[in-house]
Amino acid sequence: MNREYALYLKRQKRARIGIQIARIGVLIAFFGLWELGAVFGWFDPFILSSPSRVWATIARLYASHELWMHIGTTLFETVLGFLLGTALGAALAVVLWWLPAVNRVLDPYLVVLNALPKIALGPVLIVWIGAGMESIVVMGVLVSLVVTTVTVLNGFLTTTDEKQLLMKTLGATKLQIFWKVVLPAGLKDLIAALKISVGMSWVGVIVGEYLVSKAGLGYLIVYGGQVFKLDLVMASVVILCVLAALMYEAVALLEKGLTRKKA
Amino acid sequence: MHTPILSLSEVSFSYFTETEQTPAVSHLNLSILPGEFAAIVGPSGCGKTSVLSLIMGLLRPQAGTITFADPNLRIGYMLQRDHLLEWRTVEKNVLLGLEVQHRKTERTRANALRLLDAYGLGAFKAYYPQQLSGGMRQKVALIRTLALEPDLLLLDEPFSALDYQTRLQLSDEVYRIIREQKKTAILVTHDISEAVSMADRVLVFSKRPSHVKTVIETGFSAALSPLERRHVPEFLPLYDRVWKEIDR
Repeated sequence: MNREYALYLKRQKRARIGIQIARIGVLIAFFGLWELGAVFGWFDPFILSSPSRVWATIARLYASHELWMHIGTTLFETVLGFLLGTALGAALAVVLWWLPAVNRVLDPYLVVLNALPKIALGPVLIVWIGAGMESIVVMGVLVSLVVTTVTVLNGFLTTTDEKQLLMKTLGATKLQIFWKVVLPAGLKDLIAALKISVGMSWVGVIVGEYLVSKAGLGYLIVYGGQVFKLDLVMASVVILCVLAALMYEAVALLEKGLTRKKA
Repeated sequence: MHTPILSLSEVSFSYFTETEQTPAVSHLNLSILPGEFAAIVGPSGCGKTSVLSLIMGLLRPQAGTITFADPNLRIGYMLQRDHLLEWRTVEKNVLLGLEVQHRKTERTRANALRLLDAYGLGAFKAYYPQQLSGGMRQKVALIRTLALEPDLLLLDEPFSALDYQTRLQLSDEVYRIIREQKKTAILVTHDISEAVSMADRVLVFSKRPSHVKTVIETGFSAALSPLERRHVPEFLPLYDRVWKEIDR
């Protein structure tokens, strides 16, 4: 290794560390200003709350054994909605790829369903399924399902006719074409769909909880808003941020595992 | 004389779209002898590729018959682009056809790897396609076809995506490989010198809807490589004859 290269590596490393520090700095500045604003009365902490009040609220929830129950409820609904939504969505994409005629028939409906805000169906779901956790999970499923189908199907359709022709010249069946070419080629989009879907499931579940729940973070937010306990609202939002980030990271880890071998 | 391993008799085929029908080949007659290297040339868009698709069975003739001397004749098809799968190593790409046909045994696998070794790609077995040059990729594609141990090779403009240098070099190599493996081959190309230098017989197609207009025997010694043939005195007159036969 010559001197210039060593210097280059050092510069790169320094830039990386700089970015990390700046990131943490933004977080500290955000919470710092928030707290200071509350302490010095720049705004009314009753309306905007403050980090120390958020922290106290979380501690209180923990002490009364409510914290894990609410987190657990929402997390369970979200993970279930996410898994069902992506599994069903991906399966639907496979069916539509397999049967081009069905795809052509359903295409306009898929476009409409994709554009439709699924949460508009909330009241309908409650009437059909009942005011319980089932409705919330179904909402999480609905919100992630269509977007998964559309993204994954697009990924499958990127496989060119020429590549399929090659497989046919080798004597491949349709199943083999799917398994050996279309699926591996669509893997990138499958992972992209998972990442979108993670966020979508949170949206569906939180909105679902707004409408019907008796527990969960969405319930805490609505309840806090109604009785003007903004500390409770903010505390729930902060917890949601952490959970959503963790779940996204989990998917990113899965991506690494799936794509590592071809790097 | 030998009996042909493949004959097309009065074969016709048209492409249909919603706005028109395009006759690609019409009353086409041709026979291919075992072990020969035939080249098909013709004006662009004259349905040369359609003929290969018909022989391969990817298209069905709308009239006429295609007869094989041996109904179990194995056909290998090499496309213009290599279409190597980017997520598979060279070795795995070469074995793709065998996998698909459930013929991956110790023997066929060893044979495929031997081909890689024999044609200078043994060291690149574990590489991914994007790490190879265009010429090497095309050679991998050829070995993928040869790994299936075909009796008849269909080559659809296999060199046209390559730069000139690589093209000459690779056509030399492919010729040598096909001769050594004693395969019968049909090469479709728009490059007259390529056709004349590689083939025993050049079939000149008419413009669409095409049939065989003229057959020209090149009569080179099999010992000469395509590159060497380009330098013998008979080459230019042959080139001119083919040139004149092609409709414009």
